Amino acid sequence: MRFTLKKDKSGVVVVGVEGQLIVGNRQELKQKVLDALEEGSRKFVIDFAKTGYIDSSGLGVLVSLSKKIREQSGELRLAGLNADLQTLFELTKLDTLFAITRTAEEALAAF
Amino acid sequence: MTLQLQVTRNAMQLDVPSDLGMVGDAVELVATHVPPGTLSPRRISFNLRTALAEALGNAIRYGTGEDPARRVTVRVELGGDFVRIHVVDDGHGFDSRSVPDPTQPDNLEREYGRGLFVIRHLVDDVAFNEKGNGISLTLRAG
Repeated sequence: MRFTLKKDKSGVVVVGVEGQLIVGNRQELKQKVLDALEEGSRKFVIDFAKTGYIDSSGLGVLVSLSKKIREQSGELRLAGLNADLQTLFELTKLDTLFAITRTAEEALAAF
Repeated sequence: MTLQLQVTRNAMQLDVPSDLGMVGDAVELVATHVPPGTLSPRRISFNLRTALAEALGNAIRYGTGEDPARRVTVRVELGGDFVRIHVVDDGHGFDSRSVPDPTQPDNLEREYGRGLFVIRHLVDDVAFNEKGNGISLTLRAG
């Protein structure tokens, strides 16, 4: 389980979530994104292509980050959800809260 | 800190310290010891792991207050066509009926309050003990 942060050439921060995003590691993700926000980044993609599962604490931290990024006039996009994760977002109606694309490349292209 | 899973032919038991950082390891330990063929690999990979992470996280955060001296017990019944997971803490319990619907518009942007809702959608049956400090999650084959 780990998080990777990369900045593309147009300044969008792409965060990869490998393994799971759950109660035990959500603060680490939150801090990494908030640090990048503090340093001036405003466009973010969180890529779940290598993510097995997300619990409600993980969903909660995404909601919190989305609000904080919007407050700074930034934008957060989610990408790479597998079928089970996509269903989870639909069940919780969080698919209405986030811009979700199939791949990180599509998310980058949409900025 | 090392987790010790006790395994018999029809059951498993695991004591987890009240530390949220242990949830991921505890979930992996249980999930990787469910006998092949009981549930589909996809249900083990997603439904079981997510539901157990939810139940453990709730028990550690709300039941035992993240006090590392306290423990949460995970007991797993392994049936031929089902897996039933009991997660019990030594806290005061809570009333599951008091949790608001997280999908209501006013609740959608809340950071917390989705755990039970998610569990109910991932497993076939959810039950609570009388005190409210124990939850049982049943996943059936198929």
